[in-house]
Amino acid sequence: MTDETTHAVAFTPEDLPTARSFFLPHRIVMMLVFAAFVVAVAVFMRWDWLPRYLPRLGWGILVSLVMLFSTAILGFLLAVPIGLVQVTGPWFLKLPAKAFCTVIRGTPLLLQLWLLYYGLGSLFPQFPAIRQSFLWPYLREAWPYGVAALTISFAAYEGEVMRGAFGGVPHGELEAAKAYGMGRWTMFRRIWLPRAIHRALPTLNGETVLQLKSTPLVATVTVVDVYAVISKVRQETFLTYEPLLLLALIYMCLTGILVVAFRTFENRIPTRGA
Amino acid sequence: MAADSLVNWGLLSLSAPGWGGVLLQGFLNSIQIAVGGFTLGLALGVGGAFGKLYGGPVLRDLLECYTTIVRAVPELVLILLLYYAGTDLLNQVLALFAIGPVDISGLMAGIFVIGVVQGAYSTEVLRGAIKAVPAGQIEAARAYGMSPTKVLRRITLPAMLPYAIPGLSNLWLIATKDTALLAVVGFSELTLVTRQAAGTTKAYLLFFLAAGALYLALTLISNVFIGMIERHARRGFAESR
Repeated sequence: MTDETTHAVAFTPEDLPTARSFFLPHRIVMMLVFAAFVVAVAVFMRWDWLPRYLPRLGWGILVSLVMLFSTAILGFLLAVPIGLVQVTGPWFLKLPAKAFCTVIRGTPLLLQLWLLYYGLGSLFPQFPAIRQSFLWPYLREAWPYGVAALTISFAAYEGEVMRGAFGGVPHGELEAAKAYGMGRWTMFRRIWLPRAIHRALPTLNGETVLQLKSTPLVATVTVVDVYAVISKVRQETFLTYEPLLLLALIYMCLTGILVVAFRTFENRIPTRGA
Repeated sequence: MAADSLVNWGLLSLSAPGWGGVLLQGFLNSIQIAVGGFTLGLALGVGGAFGKLYGGPVLRDLLECYTTIVRAVPELVLILLLYYAGTDLLNQVLALFAIGPVDISGLMAGIFVIGVVQGAYSTEVLRGAIKAVPAGQIEAARAYGMSPTKVLRRITLPAMLPYAIPGLSNLWLIATKDTALLAVVGFSELTLVTRQAAGTTKAYLLFFLAAGALYLALTLISNVFIGMIERHARRGFAESR
């Protein structure tokens, strides 16, 4: 597996259309056709269930976003040491980090999630020490397992990215820092980490978009995110297409917003030349 | 509970009381879907990449919509949509021709779903790879009077291969892991049969770890072959990493 997992896969800022590109004759025709399609969908399909479920859908979107950002932040905090020890660490840290990345990246996220939820979830109640601990009220819920699985997965993919980023920081910059008399920690904090993050930023953003696409998996372990709300709608209204189309639209909007936000964020970081 | 009573290895045996055979059958299904989906995706990707690079403006925009939608919507949602919509549409088309509804096998539906998702990704991978082929080589081929299909067969496809292989091998690994998502629509691939086995025997950790080992083995073995293919495809390249 190469580091550039997300290069072609993730939706990146380059894929966004520009405002001017819409005013081409064939695009105007296509947009009219699309508009007619949207109107047909709105008129001929059943949407009367929508107002009833709107508040729940809002909560679901919120849960999905909380899942996304909490696991992305936690995962990134884990990924920095995982990437770092693979570049400079001693073998007894390097080896487990490498094994962690390989194992997590080599197995499906759904399986990891179910392993944590059903496997560990069935194991924990057998230990009285855990049942009596303060953690037990949380461990009986589903969301900690969802957060754990998503965090671990993000950390593994990011750890690999950060390994490449740490290794790719030019050696001269680190030598210059040493020549200035910086200690190891200062050098890491001021030079190595910021430069590595800068290098990895496009990939990190791509991974975050991919992470958004992984969040609906937590619905399979009874976390009520937007996907679970839509599943509920489908069960209660016996509709097949309408809820799924809405769900696809919601995720497209979320991806679009995320990508636009990342682009403004990336543009604010000064770069020199090309 | 003692540690040794937690592990009942007999549950993994291949014959009836054990679930090993069921697991392996599910694993076989997963591999079949991954191979089929990846191949279908590759075919869609070749067409999509050429359409995006050399097609007319309308075709280009339609392909752009396809890749954008697939890359912006979670695979799980796409799988549900394609699974229901695909089978539904097929039956409606068949009804138009006055043929009764057919039962689409889960395998075919799975291959179709994974293939459509993979097609969008491989379109992007192959488009990048084709653009990496030096334009002079294609011009030279045209100057020799080769027809477009001959240029494709003799120059573009072989020359882009080294650039495409890293991306395509990633897609293969993604395909093997995406098959697990078909568990959600009830197709009995490895992840779903694992859950059934675990649910029946209550040996959750054992079965999920066993399935994880199978997936991991598939990935690691694939990596060995990918390395060999990559070395072969890059044999004419100078060693500069």
